Amino acid sequence: MEVDQVVPLPRLPRVAVCGGTHGNELSGVYLVRELLKLQREVMKKEQEEDSKPALVLLVLSNPRAMQQCRRYVDTDLNRCFTHATLNGPLSDMAPYEIIRSRELNALLGPKGSPEAVDLVCDLHNTTANMGLCFIGYSDCDWICLHIFRHLQREMPDTPMRFLHFDVSNKESYSLDSLGKHGFAMEIGPQPHGVVRSNIYTAMKVGVQHMLDWIRLFNSGNVFEGGFVDVFTMVKHIDYPRDSETRNITAAIHPCLQDRDFCLLHPEDPLFQTFSGETVRYKGTEPLYPFFINECAYYEKGIALSLARKRCITIPAIRVKGGSLGVFRDVRDMRL
Amino acid sequence: MSSYNNTARFSEARRVAIFGGTHGNEMSGVTLVNLWTKNGTEIQRKGVEAVPFITNPKAVEKCTRYVDTDLNRAFTPENLSAPGGNDLPYEVLRAQEINRIFGPKGSPEAYDVIFDLHNTTSNMGCTLILESSKDHFNLQMMNYIKKAMAPASCLVLMNEHPLLKYSTSRSVAKHPVGLEVGPQPQGVLRSNIFEAMRVILKHALDFIELFNEGVEFPPCTVEVFRVLEWIDYPRDANGNIIAMVHPNLQDCDWEPLNPGDPMFHTFDGKTIHYQGSGTVYPTFINEAAYYEKQQAFITTRRETLVASAIIKA
Repeated sequence: MEVDQVVPLPRLPRVAVCGGTHGNELSGVYLVRELLKLQREVMKKEQEEDSKPALVLLVLSNPRAMQQCRRYVDTDLNRCFTHATLNGPLSDMAPYEIIRSRELNALLGPKGSPEAVDLVCDLHNTTANMGLCFIGYSDCDWICLHIFRHLQREMPDTPMRFLHFDVSNKESYSLDSLGKHGFAMEIGPQPHGVVRSNIYTAMKVGVQHMLDWIRLFNSGNVFEGGFVDVFTMVKHIDYPRDSETRNITAAIHPCLQDRDFCLLHPEDPLFQTFSGETVRYKGTEPLYPFFINECAYYEKGIALSLARKRCITIPAIRVKGGSLGVFRDVRDMRL
Repeated sequence: MSSYNNTARFSEARRVAIFGGTHGNEMSGVTLVNLWTKNGTEIQRKGVEAVPFITNPKAVEKCTRYVDTDLNRAFTPENLSAPGGNDLPYEVLRAQEINRIFGPKGSPEAYDVIFDLHNTTSNMGCTLILESSKDHFNLQMMNYIKKAMAPASCLVLMNEHPLLKYSTSRSVAKHPVGLEVGPQPQGVLRSNIFEAMRVILKHALDFIELFNEGVEFPPCTVEVFRVLEWIDYPRDANGNIIAMVHPNLQDCDWEPLNPGDPMFHTFDGKTIHYQGSGTVYPTFINEAAYYEKQQAFITTRRETLVASAIIKA
């Protein structure tokens, strides 16, 4: 593939921005609420002017969890979007989040169908020191990779990485998999149940740049090709645990704490036990750690995850069929 | 230097409890108490019976702050004497049970000292919480801990405010001591925070051991931060928060906040300034658990308390 060959891609007329998929990840909750307020004002104006409704869907994914400021009520909503979960039989006693995932699939999907929204951006926070991360299932979704590169250029002071989870479409489980394109925008460090203004602002600016890019793309802009570093998840490492109680017996080592995306070499410290011993990384390959000490992952048996870094070539892209009109509602959505 | 007349005498502090998990998602205390329940060697001191205790086991199991109601506000006289058995909220039942084991609150049978271990999402560092400016035993202990930790910082927050004081689990004891270490997200165990709390307790137990052996502690002064008031987030007519702690204030616990300084940052980008009449020292800035209590931060003023000499009676 030639880098200067322009790849035409279908227009993105319908975009969804989702917050509160985990009810205690507050930047997304507050940002979507603010966008909804702005949208109501814009829509009121549009109704007065008798113009088209906005094509940015703003969704608060898990309202009950948000109300209780918890990650979830019965089960993690962001694992409920596999084809099997969305289409299997549904009992009366189904967990709240399973019922909700089907509602969201009806709203934003159906997953895998032509009616699905074109892009889902799902907003998340992490207690890990990860900066701003795009998390996606593909390392060749040019739309997502171009949006990422656009944010990198527009927000040079914000540490930014593209994380790739190599999961097939059949097995994809998260909310962003409902759209034809999708990714999670994960920003940390922020404690759950807290909104830090620097983290909120980074998310707000990131979403604005994403919407700007979509407007430019739909208007016919050509985005030149180039190179993007992609971190592909390789494996997870759990905490050392007591064999009987399964309680953890060590904490992330002080040398590793907060050092997401700093290359971890064989024999580097991983954990410090409560009796003061160091547990070291026994892998043979240096890898990049991330989600180091994410609160929600203790129960999933993940102390940290490890990724391999590759440099991906992305082609130049433009909208198929040239410009078909301006995406005016996105312009009106300026924050 | 101290004369007999000015030395306060206290009975031996033999019965000491270490509470963890009063809030089930504050992990340093949960972890330390579990550790010491399994192997208590580290907390053994001559002449001291140190009991590690998980105060809110159901909340710990669910890794949540509380199940029905905040245990650390539950030790009111009304709750402690409430009839109703199993109809009562879980934490009220727990408070009654804890009062039976470690109290009764206010009686001669109550435990001598209770250390209650907490974490905060605020950037408070190591903080000791004092409930009375007249508790010379506690003042001397806190002075000892501060000196032992130096040059590392360990500050003292004093909440003696008649309206803002609350009924803590440690208040069952004759000498209640709060330990608050942050910043740490709820549900997360950070190694540096865990070790810091461990060191504070080590010094505290050393102090008690020395006191019980008959060591006289000469008069001393202790710098404290006295709670003045709680400041809530700006809210709209429906009670929704409309602003965040300003980036200039975020993480600046214990640093002076002057009238006119930025305080909040609205979601649409405006700055709200502190309108108080003088300089205050804010703390508990952006504590996760306090959003529902309508508290963005608390203001304090600096004070120097004088502790008389103390010796075992």
